[in-house]
Amino acid sequence: MQAVKQQAPSEALKGFLARYDGLRVRLPGNAAPRDAAAALLRDKGLPTPKEEAWHYTNLRSVAALDFQEPIADTQAGVDLLALLPKVEGPRLIFVDGRYRPDLSTSPDGLEVKSFAGTGVFGDLTKPERDRVVALNTMLTEDGIIIDVPAGFDAGFLMLAQLTSGRHRRVASHPRHRISLGEGARLVLLEVSAGIGEYLNNPVIEIAVAEGAHLTHGRLQQDSEDAFHLGTIYADTAANGVYDCFSLALGAKLGRTEIHARLGGEQAAVHLNAAQIMGGNQVSDFTTAISHDAPNCPSRQTVKSVLTGKARAVFQGRIEVARIAQKTDGYQMNQALLLSPDAEINSKPELEIYADDVKCSHGATVGALDPEQLFYLRSRGVPADQARMILVRAFLTDAFEAVAHEGLRDVFEHAVEQWWATTGKDAEAPAA
Amino acid sequence: MPAVAETLETVSAVTGSTYKWGFETDLEMDLAPKGLNEDTIRLISDRKGEPEWLLAWRLKAFAIWQKMEEPHWAKPGYPVIDYQDIHYYAAPKKKGSGPKSLDEVDPELLRTYEKLGIPLKEQAILAGVEQGDEERLPMAVDAVFDSVSVATTFRSTLAKAGVIFCSISDAVREYPDLVREYLGSVVPAGDNFFAALNSAVFTDGSFVFIPKGVKCPMELSTYFRINAKNTGQFERTLIIAEDGASVSYLEGCTAPMRDENQLHAAVVELVAMDDAKIKYSTVQNWYPGDSEGRGGIYNFVTKRGACRGARSRISWTQVETGSAITWKYPSCILIGDGSVGEFYSVAVTNNHQQADTGTKMIHIGRNTNSTIIAKTISAGHSDSTYRGLVRMMPKAQNARNFTQCDSLLIGDQCGAHTVPYIESRNPSAKIEHEATTSKIAEDQLFYCRSRGLSEEDAVGLIVNGFCKDVLKELPMEFAVEAQKLLAISLEGSVG
Amino acid sequence: MLEIKGLTAEIDGKQILKGIDLTIPQGEVHAVMGPNGAGKSTLSYVLSGREGYEVTGGTATFFGQDILAMEPEERAAAGIFLAFQYPVELPGVGNANFLRTALNSVRRARGEGELDAVQFLKQARAAVKKLAMSEDMLKRNVNVGFSGGEKKRNEILQMTMLQPKLALLDETDSGLDIDALRIVAEGVNASRGPNFSALVITHYQRLLDYIVPDHVHVLADGRIIRSGGPELAKELEADGYAGIIGEAAEAA
Repeated sequence: MQAVKQQAPSEALKGFLARYDGLRVRLPGNAAPRDAAAALLRDKGLPTPKEEAWHYTNLRSVAALDFQEPIADTQAGVDLLALLPKVEGPRLIFVDGRYRPDLSTSPDGLEVKSFAGTGVFGDLTKPERDRVVALNTMLTEDGIIIDVPAGFDAGFLMLAQLTSGRHRRVASHPRHRISLGEGARLVLLEVSAGIGEYLNNPVIEIAVAEGAHLTHGRLQQDSEDAFHLGTIYADTAANGVYDCFSLALGAKLGRTEIHARLGGEQAAVHLNAAQIMGGNQVSDFTTAISHDAPNCPSRQTVKSVLTGKARAVFQGRIEVARIAQKTDGYQMNQALLLSPDAEINSKPELEIYADDVKCSHGATVGALDPEQLFYLRSRGVPADQARMILVRAFLTDAFEAVAHEGLRDVFEHAVEQWWATTGKDAEAPAA
Repeated sequence: MPAVAETLETVSAVTGSTYKWGFETDLEMDLAPKGLNEDTIRLISDRKGEPEWLLAWRLKAFAIWQKMEEPHWAKPGYPVIDYQDIHYYAAPKKKGSGPKSLDEVDPELLRTYEKLGIPLKEQAILAGVEQGDEERLPMAVDAVFDSVSVATTFRSTLAKAGVIFCSISDAVREYPDLVREYLGSVVPAGDNFFAALNSAVFTDGSFVFIPKGVKCPMELSTYFRINAKNTGQFERTLIIAEDGASVSYLEGCTAPMRDENQLHAAVVELVAMDDAKIKYSTVQNWYPGDSEGRGGIYNFVTKRGACRGARSRISWTQVETGSAITWKYPSCILIGDGSVGEFYSVAVTNNHQQADTGTKMIHIGRNTNSTIIAKTISAGHSDSTYRGLVRMMPKAQNARNFTQCDSLLIGDQCGAHTVPYIESRNPSAKIEHEATTSKIAEDQLFYCRSRGLSEEDAVGLIVNGFCKDVLKELPMEFAVEAQKLLAISLEGSVG
Repeated sequence: MLEIKGLTAEIDGKQILKGIDLTIPQGEVHAVMGPNGAGKSTLSYVLSGREGYEVTGGTATFFGQDILAMEPEERAAAGIFLAFQYPVELPGVGNANFLRTALNSVRRARGEGELDAVQFLKQARAAVKKLAMSEDMLKRNVNVGFSGGEKKRNEILQMTMLQPKLALLDETDSGLDIDALRIVAEGVNASRGPNFSALVITHYQRLLDYIVPDHVHVLADGRIIRSGGPELAKELEADGYAGIIGEAAEAA
């Protein structure tokens, strides 16, 4: 690592802190949590690789850049809509961190409120621990607040966060809160996309009540010059299901961090993901699944496909509290390196305090199997197509976990697009 | 369930009395004054009659250490260590001076080793704690008592084969060039906080040199004993195997029962050249503290092997049952093409013990291969962590790693953790990692008991089965001892 | 059609093929027999273009084309099919999808139109039926969880679909019971005709009871040491390899 001149944390975050000082009086809601977040950031700055949770991902480049405040440009949003996946259904559109009712179609039977309107922070986040969330807390302007009533099946809903860094380098910090009442259901597709250089730093708080079921798809297709720092806190009550699949394809540097808690018996959490990267992209998928109640299953399959000089990180911790007897936790993470300069760092972690549990994890790292490649080619399949078939096969078990067909189509289509534009050119690994 | 209730009861009833090696030997000691400063280091160096370069090396390490912070990334928590409240040198007073021979060793000391089952006589010397009388292969022993080596057996027999086996203090005097060439070459003085401390104040340890093409004719072993109060033990071991040489080395450790915590910060360096093989086995049975977590050894150890030569092989096997806190990661730097690193570990914690142990496998050369098998057993209120790093560097073409980490929890007041770091920068390298955590299956227990085994024996049997992949890597004498030790360590943790 | 001249090849610097001369005219089935380690599998891998097998000398042409310079998929398109001794498992790749991709790749390369899903399935189902396979096999992942016999049948299924001009059958009989062997042989025999040749590589004579070759060659230590008619296989069965190898050594 090259020597870098030590900078005071507040110095590196100067731009963000100055923006807060300027905006403070205009920001919605209670100022106390924002002030606390600002004080924390002034003191400690953004996380550094010296901190265990950020061992592999360095935010220096984010902290060092000066991001501007987005200008309310109503036209900007319209052309960004072209970036969205083609999928039918209601959609809530955010542009540059602000809700745009004019571009949105509300879901039937659901009341959608905005954070800008209510200004009330949820209580699931831990900004004091997660300083990226503190940054969001300090500067957030808007977000959606959805309460799915008990017993109601809200169907499908897309939540899109579009950012335009075309004219100036902007940062957006949307703050969403989604709660499902007892037995409620929702299929949520969260999309991040944009143009140019920007930071998208969304925070989502999710509460799944007893017997409720949230399917949460995430499609991160931010621009190749963007930074994406997304944090999710999901709390699941007894018999509730939080089923999340996160696909990261975009951003120069991206990190998705999910804290999922199983808070009642027979609650279930699935945190599946794929990160497919090329060029100089850096992608980090970090999760903590907390088993805080007995008899809960958690499942996780995470796949990384890397070409060019891409670097991916997976950190996945399964925590089993003393009370969480009969926990059944399984995690698999696999990485496929398609080029000599790609790099994977992974840290699957088990932290277990209950004795009657069944927890396991597995990890594999490697290249495409030359035997398989030869087998396909000996049947006449051209080399690049053979590679694609094997890459798709590698991703299969992660994609199979996406039970909702509409979502799966969105993800598969996105991967195909990636292959056609980026993956195909991946250098063949050395023999 | 009655068995569980019974278990808990027994756990609370058990005290440190199951530790059979907890006695103290009353000896007249030569103690350095408490505290750590340049004078302490000069005193140690002076007592050992060291050359100037070594003193300079120590002082440099001390300067580095002073700028370092004690690491706290590992899981175990412990009270602040007052580095000024420790004697850094403690040696039984010698009767006269000059080279040691067995006849000159204080008979009280000899009795201590006899009591520990380590007779320092060149008969059929056994390594075990409690051995039968059957004939076994002789084994050379270096006995380190607090800060000094009190005896090394079979030196002349080994010398005939060209093998050097002596205390590191003797090596500094007799083979200064070898020591100077290799000391700190695998674990540099500034490697980490405890390695820096050791480099500044190390007192004794073993030195092994196996010349080209020599297969060491017998097992070598070092037996470490901490006896004196308020002391730390800072041993330093250096093993060098030249081209085509091979050696199997065993290490055992015990300490008296005391309410205070004692620090043991060792550094072990291994160097294997082309086609050389080093097998390093440890049965670590330092005093673990009592059932309330009072006392016990802080075992903060840096062990690292460099596979410098092509096709060289370094194999670490450890059975960790002792110490209040264990912090150690015997590692392999796989530099030579086709070199092999292995790590086999059983770590058992009971009562309030904490262990954070694992390995690092750094693959640098082509076709390098590593295997990690780690078995962790937690009982009582203890916490045990496997922490390991597998790193494939860009030139590690076709390198391979296989890792298997399994944890077993006995009782619901303990913790078991697995923290592997997996890093690859070479697409042709292949890494496979598996980890599981479970408890002893009720049906296995029931099956054994329905065949007439007591619950304790059944657990012993199952735990030994759980550890089999590791125990089979130990030399036979040690394997027997280790099995017994496992049972003793878990005594009281089950019904 | 297939003409091999003075072919030498090595793996990791070790010479395995030490000068093979072999010609297989159109429509003929030739068997190559030999003891373990003779270079039988190496010959099939060299002809199909597997990486790691370095050709150090000689030529191999197929309808006049230098196949040694071609990529594996080009050889497949040219009509060479290798039935693997150990068919490779492709987890996550459906068998039907695999077959269709392979078939359409080959058809495209040969300038034939691609098959749509319906046309393909019709063909595939017919082939499956002919080989007494269960249709279920099309739905499973390629060779994953297949028994030894199922894998070999799957190879023959692919061969039937891809309609090669030359099939290299690498120890296709290994691990097969007699019923499976018969089915596999029938699959091969059904393909026989003026436009189909095969190189049957086997250790035992057994397979040649079912696929009767036009010519038999004995491969030992990287060279063909004897060639003859089908009766040569029987002779080998009776006398073993040692006798023939000894004779060849004496003759040399």
